[in-house]
Formats: sequence, C-alpha cells, structure tokens
Amino acid sequence: MDQQVKFYQTGTFTVGNRLLSPELRTVQASTARSNSLNSGHRACQGCGEALGARYAIDAAMRATSKRLIAANATGCLEVFSTPYPESSWQLPWIHSLFGNAAAVGTGIAAALHVRALKSGRTASDVRVIAQGGDGGTTDIGFGCLSGMFERNDDVLYICYDNEAYMNTGVQRSSATPPAARTATTMAVGAAPGAEFGKGKNVPRIAMAHEIPYVATATVADLHDLEAKVERAMTIRGARYLHILVPCPLGWGSASHDTIRLARLARETGIFPVFEAERGEVTRVSKIRRRVPVDEYLRPQKRFAHLFGANGHADMLQRIQDEADRNIRRFHLLDEGSAA
Amino acid sequence: MLKQTEGSHAVAEAVALCRPDVICAYPISPQTHIVEGLGELVKSGALAPCEFINVESEFAAMSVAIGASAAGARAYTATASQGLLFMAEAVYNASGLGLPIVMTVANRAIGAPINIWNDHSDAMSQRDSGWLQLYAETNQEAVDLHIQAFKLAEELSMPVMVCMDGFILTHAVERVDVPEPTDVDAFLPPYSPRQVLDPADPVSIGAMVGPEAFMEVRYLAHAKQLSALEHIPRIAAEFEARFGRTSGGLVRGYRCDDAETIVVALGSVIGTLKETVDALRADGVKVGVLGIQSYRPFPLAAVRAALQGAQRVVVLEKSFCVGLGGVVSTDVRVALSGLQLHGYTVVAGLGGRAITRASLERMLKDAVADRLAPLTFLDLDWRIVERQLAREAQTRRSGPIAENLLRDVGTVAAKVA
Repeated sequence: MDQQVKFYQTGTFTVGNRLLSPELRTVQASTARSNSLNSGHRACQGCGEALGARYAIDAAMRATSKRLIAANATGCLEVFSTPYPESSWQLPWIHSLFGNAAAVGTGIAAALHVRALKSGRTASDVRVIAQGGDGGTTDIGFGCLSGMFERNDDVLYICYDNEAYMNTGVQRSSATPPAARTATTMAVGAAPGAEFGKGKNVPRIAMAHEIPYVATATVADLHDLEAKVERAMTIRGARYLHILVPCPLGWGSASHDTIRLARLARETGIFPVFEAERGEVTRVSKIRRRVPVDEYLRPQKRFAHLFGANGHADMLQRIQDEADRNIRRFHLLDEGSAA
Repeated sequence: MLKQTEGSHAVAEAVALCRPDVICAYPISPQTHIVEGLGELVKSGALAPCEFINVESEFAAMSVAIGASAAGARAYTATASQGLLFMAEAVYNASGLGLPIVMTVANRAIGAPINIWNDHSDAMSQRDSGWLQLYAETNQEAVDLHIQAFKLAEELSMPVMVCMDGFILTHAVERVDVPEPTDVDAFLPPYSPRQVLDPADPVSIGAMVGPEAFMEVRYLAHAKQLSALEHIPRIAAEFEARFGRTSGGLVRGYRCDDAETIVVALGSVIGTLKETVDALRADGVKVGVLGIQSYRPFPLAAVRAALQGAQRVVVLEKSFCVGLGGVVSTDVRVALSGLQLHGYTVVAGLGGRAITRASLERMLKDAVADRLAPLTFLDLDWRIVERQLAREAQTRRSGPIAENLLRDVGTVAAKVA
C-alpha cells in the first residue's frame, strides 16, 4: 500500500483494522494468532494485564515465528494463568519467584546461546521474554532487572504496570501514583492516599542503563503496543517495555473502562508513551486531544477522595502539574497545538 | 594429573572438566577463588562454549542458574555464608522445580557478628531446602565430589551442594590428583534434562499448586532423596572403578570396628580426628571416627549400622542450633533411636575457632570416662561469657555484645592460632 493510512478516520479512537490491508492489521485481528494466553484463565473481568500480556506475547510469537520462551514473576499474571494442573500458556513458560524473573530470563538466554554455539551458530533463534507486574519489576525484582540491563543480556523484559500489588489485595508499590488509595496508602487523614514525591520511574531508570531499547505503551493502542514488541524482537540485548494496564479491582473502575482509562492516561500526559534507544528518546506518541487529569481520575474509586465537597483540589492540581511536566519533558503535544 | 594446588583452583578445574554450560559468579569469601578460576578458563577459551555471568547478587546467581537449567543447560555456581542466605529463596525454588544445579558451598560462619571463617552454619541453614548435601573431607574429595555431584544431580533431577570447609580446604595448597578430561567425559554423560523449556514442545514450569497436590509434590522430593541413598554409593563405586580412589559415598568409618567410642563429624575436621584417634589408640583407648559424606539425604541406616556396636557416640559439629544444641546430633539421634548409647554433642570450631588435636584428645578422654557434659562447647572461654552476662545484669545500656567481648579478650591472635 503506497498511501499511509491515518488512523482514527472514523472520528473515534477506533483503530479500524478493516480499513487496513491485511499485512498491516494487528496480530490480534488474525484468527491465526498464537493466542499465547489461552482462554479459561482466572483473570478478573476487564483485566488490563491479561489483555496486555496476550497482546505482547502474541506479537512476540509472530515476530519470532513462535520461537519464544517466557519467564514470569509471581503475581496476578502467574496466579491467574496457571492454576495447577492447568495452564493458559501456549509457549514454554517458567515461573520461579517474585523477584527474579529478569535473572531467570538471563539464565534462559545464556543456555540458548551456549546451545546455539554448540550447533555452530552465533546466536539462538529462540528468544526470551521475562515479565512481571509493577511490584515484581519496580520493587522486589528491581535488583535482578538492573543487573540484566547492565549486562545487556538478550532478554525483553515486559512490565505490566497496574500501579499496585493487586494479587495480594491492592497494596502500594513504588509504581503507585500520588494520591491513589491502596490498602497501605489509605484514603484517610489530612493527606489521603499515596504520598507525593515518592515512587520511581522505571522506564527512565531503564534508559539510564543505556540499553538498546526502552518503550512504554498502554493497552489502549494495540497497533502501537504490537509495533513496539516487534521492534524489540528485532534487537539483541536488554530491552524494556513498560505497559500501563488498568486494574478494575484495584483502581475501583468499571471493567468496561479499562481501555478508556488507559487512553486517558496517555491523553492527560499522566503516562507518557514513548520509545528510547541507548538512553535517548527517539519517538513519542503525541497527545491527540488533551484532557485535564480530572477526566482520568474521576472514574477511579482509588481517587474518589480527591473529589466532592471534602475533596482535595490542591492534590488534583499537583497531579495536573505532574502531567504538565511530563508533557513538557517528553514533548507530548504537537508544536503549535493548544497547551 | 597430580599437582600441588590450591583447593579452590582444583575445584575450578574439576568443575570445568564437567563442561558446565552456564556459570554464575558473585564474589563472597572464601568461595571467590573458585569462580575466579572458572572465569579465567572461560575467558581464555579453555572452557568453551560456556557462559560465565557476573551477576549482581547471590539471589541472581541462583536465579540465573534456575533459568539456565530449565532451558537445558548444565548450570553451576558457588557461594558461602551470607551469600547462601541471600539466595535462600531461590535455593528452595531450584529444588522445588527439580533442577539439577550443582553449587559449591565454601562453608563459612553466618553473622552477626560478621565473620569470614569456617564453620557449617551456612549449609546447615539449608539442610531442609531439598538440596542434596555432600561434605568433603579433603581437597581431593572436594574435586571428586564435584564430578560425582553433576552425575548424581542429573540422574535424580535434583540440585546438589558440595560443601567444603572455607579456608581450611578452599585456600589450602596440597597435592591433588585432577582427573583426565577423557575419564570425566566417560564418567559423566552429557546432560539430558527431564523437563526443558523448548518451543517445539511447550510446557509450563512452576505452576501454582494448592492443597490438592502440594503434599505429594513435596513427598516426591523426599522420595528422590531416599533413592539418592542408593545412587550415592553406586556413583561412588563407579567413580572408584574409573579413577581408582575412594571418594564420597554415604559414610566412612575409621577404626570403628571394635570402637567403644565413636566420634561423628563432617568435613575437614575428620582429618584431625583421625590423628587424635590414632594417638588415643596407641594408649589403648578404643575410639573411632565416623565421617558423614552425605548429610542430605541423611543415611539413617548406614549411621545406625556404623554406630550400634559402640557404647557411646560423640557428635562433633561445626554448627549450632541456638536454643537446642546440636544440628547434626539431632539427626544422629534419630538414627540411633531405641539404642541405649551415651550420646554427647560437642559444638566446635564456630567462626573459625581452631580445633586442635590437644583439645580433641582432652575432650575424648572426658567422653570415654563419661565426664563430658551432654552439650559441650569445645574451648569456650567462659571467662568472657560470664563477664558479659554480669555486665548485662548490672547495666541496661550494656552496649554492643561483640565489641564488649573483643575488648575483654584483648588480643585476637591467641584465639585462632
């Protein structure tokens, strides 16, 4: 196809696979997709992580012609996908511990490399993904993750970020945003919810390792997410993909709002969607229609204490300020568009 | 080939002869020389193909080994002391998943107070982890046990720890016969995994198991250890047939046949004990030594058979179960259940305290006369213990314990010489 397709031509945010030529359609649009995370698992209705994992792994399976192995951290994704003796995974998959998925990935990659060398090849055609939630990535698995990055091990690490420890009952992680109510950042007192000025930004920390590829994505933009997985699989060395995956249970949102909230996270500037190579941002997904953070926060019960008669306008303003800073830092608005 | 070499270096050579695919290295004394030796062999190309990975922690070391082993590689790492504790979660995981990783533990005390010297507290802390634990008496046995360990681990699909006394063995330079590569290749076949992450035949490893099957999975680990009680002597016999040396096995007695008193021990102290026994035998005292080479699985029947003819048993151990007494002696007691033997526990050598022949001789004479306390701390300096207890009774803010004791001791050298 010569003409570049412009998405959103239906006037909504629908990507519209049927408007594309077959080779440009998403992996998910194909009935021949590997369906790596098969039906029958125990994820909640509207689970963003289940969507994100299936999108990402299916894309990686296509990119590698199904020559793929996954290592999984403990967490929702592991628990809901493998209740013994059943498994939803349609690829070789291992769960070891909460905090070591990146290191297990390193070990698998090392084993594959030696096997390749023994058979006279310089690199294995089988590729490795390590994956976990934000707790397993930004907190307990952070040491192993950083080690995998600095050694530039041939692993794509995917973090499915739902911004708290959902598997254990919605406790705060270092990815929990300010003001969010969790079971350990209660919505009580003068400053309800998670404290401002805490937490860490692992995509930017990953960039500081100057690894070949870092990207963020959300479950709202399937084409973008799949393209990033495919791009990652063309690269050797350590790669990091951080996917925002709304959690209806933990966020107190409607299960049908998972995609909408993920989109609003990007359109508010709260969650910058970008790609970086060797520590430098190479591409950002521009905000198409900027919206105030209220629109993103209001549908989520974890932020309910910010609104209403006893709300916290000052905290809302701080969240808006942080979104604005993201917009400036990552140049999320087109030049000349209304700020 | 016979050579005069450091224990760690000999072990590095032995591990290299086993052609590991993946080696994870993290420094901790007194294990470091082993992975340094292996790193040099990989870097120089002498051991190839092999991935030598400098990891960021012991937890990562075992985790990388888990991933490598699950993907079909022969995986090795080494650690000690705090390092073994830091990787403990992954240690249990490796055995739970049934991955035949081999790990050297250069036995060292656990802090606080921080202490780099030898005792068996580290390995003993993982005795229930599901790993097999073999203890080397000499550097020659350490070399031989590593070669046997890979075979044992892979036959059972269970991980094996080879324990060797830190510094006493790891840093001792002595004569070692390092086997020929062709012999090791003939003894140890290439690794053929029971389970492997393979895109051609996808499996899920490490699924969640609830109450419906967890007990059975755990029992199967025990069943494998019980079967190891047969594998270990067989592999030791195969080793002896090929290499002409007795190494490993379950237990080894020394002058036990007519012994009225038998000392049970693990590791390098067996050498000192043998010399002590020889001296006492010269005086007509009927003593013997029983060395335990396989601590996990614990060879109940073999220990019972070796001890049941004696009148008294002294378990000399470099480990200490705070609040109870002996660690090894508890297991020995299980082996002797129903037998009316005098039993003594002697805790010795903690944190590198020298175990001298003179002290052993004195202790054994007390044992033979049944003057020994049921729980004895060999060469414990009661003077400074009592002074600290008195200090704590007098003063609420009595200060850091270790510093107080060191101040009371004065010079340190007198205690380790």
